[in-house]
Amino acid sequence: MVSQERPLSPHLQVYRWQITMTMSILHRVTGVGLGLGALLMTYWFVAIASGPDDFADAQDLIGSWLGRLVLFGFTISLVFHFCNGIRHLFWDTGRGFDLPTMRASGWTVAVMTVLGSIAIWVAGYALRGGL
Amino acid sequence: MSQRAPLAHARGLGSAKEGAHHWWHQRLSAVALVFLSIWFVVSLISLTGAGYDQVYLWMAHPVVAGLLLLLVVFTFYHLKLGLQVVIEDYIHTEWLKVTSLVVMSGACLVLGLACALSVVSIAFGG
Repeated sequence: MVSQERPLSPHLQVYRWQITMTMSILHRVTGVGLGLGALLMTYWFVAIASGPDDFADAQDLIGSWLGRLVLFGFTISLVFHFCNGIRHLFWDTGRGFDLPTMRASGWTVAVMTVLGSIAIWVAGYALRGGL
Repeated sequence: MSQRAPLAHARGLGSAKEGAHHWWHQRLSAVALVFLSIWFVVSLISLTGAGYDQVYLWMAHPVVAGLLLLLVVFTFYHLKLGLQVVIEDYIHTEWLKVTSLVVMSGACLVLGLACALSVVSIAFGG
């Protein structure tokens, strides 16, 4: 490879904010974040296989307020990556590329992420019978 | 140092012929995960507050164990494909890029195996 100093394109701050750019980078950020979530999933699976004592430790850790906060973060990441991933799959059919549709689908993902994440936790707490 | 332009170096070598393979597998695993992740999240919600015995019996069920194995395979494959692109985009030093890719792929493999073997050991009455 030829390695030399080349002029850089204008930096990100010169562009006006748009929903599409935020959705794009968040897809990558949440994807990497969910990689850490996969680490937690592995810990939980191994704890189940290790027996009741290790499982109880894992449940205490995940059930602590910090554990729940982290789990809530993973929930938001998963719901976002899920919804925006479907947006990507829709684009793969060659549709939805005009700007009004792209912005509308972007905002739809944002709203669905908030509603979906809250719904999952409300369902969890409701089944458990409160906090 | 060669005076030839980068394009002249690349001409005649042909394409790697595997770019579409990565793209296609990322999509296939994504579609599988659309269904598997819904099932997994619903399962986790239903297991809220469950004790060890209940979680154990859930995981030991053949259908659940099978779906969990699929979830694990597609999750870590999709994760590997995604992180590969992130590494290739941001790391430009060749040796560091290759090292990162190998370590990342290995980590995905080890974690995926740990998950899969946990499920299998429970399913077979571990």
